[in-house]
Amino acid sequence: MAFAGSEPRRNVSATVVKLLIAGGFGVGKTTMVGSVSEISPLRTEESITQASAGVDDLTGVESKTTTTVALDFGRITINPELILYLFGTPGQDRFWFMWDELAQGALGAVVLADTRRLESCFPAVDFFERRGLPFVVGVNCFDNAYRYGTEEVRAALELDDTVPILLCDARDRESTKQVLAILMQHVMANAALARR
Amino acid sequence: MMFPREDDTWFDDAAGPIARPYTITGGRTHAGNIDLQLLSLVVALPGLAEAATMAPEYARIVRLCQRPLSVAEVAAHLDLPVPIVKVLLADLIERGHVIYRTSQPLSDTPDQHVLQAVLDGIRRL
Repeated sequence: MAFAGSEPRRNVSATVVKLLIAGGFGVGKTTMVGSVSEISPLRTEESITQASAGVDDLTGVESKTTTTVALDFGRITINPELILYLFGTPGQDRFWFMWDELAQGALGAVVLADTRRLESCFPAVDFFERRGLPFVVGVNCFDNAYRYGTEEVRAALELDDTVPILLCDARDRESTKQVLAILMQHVMANAALARR
Repeated sequence: MMFPREDDTWFDDAAGPIARPYTITGGRTHAGNIDLQLLSLVVALPGLAEAATMAPEYARIVRLCQRPLSVAEVAAHLDLPVPIVKVLLADLIERGHVIYRTSQPLSDTPDQHVLQAVLDGIRRL
């Protein structure tokens, strides 16, 4: 980049990477983003004007026709040359088409699961499996939530044995760090396999 | 593909959040030939003093972008939809007030050094 050698503060040459946090509505995606982000999770709106046609007849949390989709995200500046963004995927199934664009260039994903309504993370698991994007499943342990073991969740989600699954607390920074670290190890193992 | 066509008609709620922001861009919905993505980094070249002489929406962007930010962050801070922010940023880029870099599309097998650096960075948090 022509300006890369000038004032470092005005340098746009940094490598930008992203990870996705997916799962059902209200499962704690934004909470997880916020637990490690250096900024409070930000919300932005992306237009889905044309793609929204014909999908609004699904029974959803909101019945009103919408032309935008909200994305919550956070940022971790690893160093001046490497910035990680964490994106929470939209909760409602009818926004699945946004995921395609969101998933482009993503290194991997966390699927957050709530054992009280495990089925709400099926679409995310399906999507990442079909897309071949490495993912881990974090079972968010809500207060008073009925606790299942990780292997029970694995069986219920019909997850491949290679997909890491762990209990976590989306509010807790150390817990989220652990989930993200295991995700990155999984991403690296997949990348190493692909390189053979 | 992401942008409304000119012959689209909006009523009621559908018109609300969209109609006003697009008046900021003079009705334009495209960022021209400038390929800005959600995670493209942008940074302003003029300082705060110069920003004061610009139209308010541009001035806000220049003040925000005194350090590199992604398009998504600019949109969130301005509380404007991403497509509108892309148009405003494209104007500033064409005038040489903002430089940008499109986030490089990652290959199917990302660079192992980058992945290791991300992992190390997460552990250091």
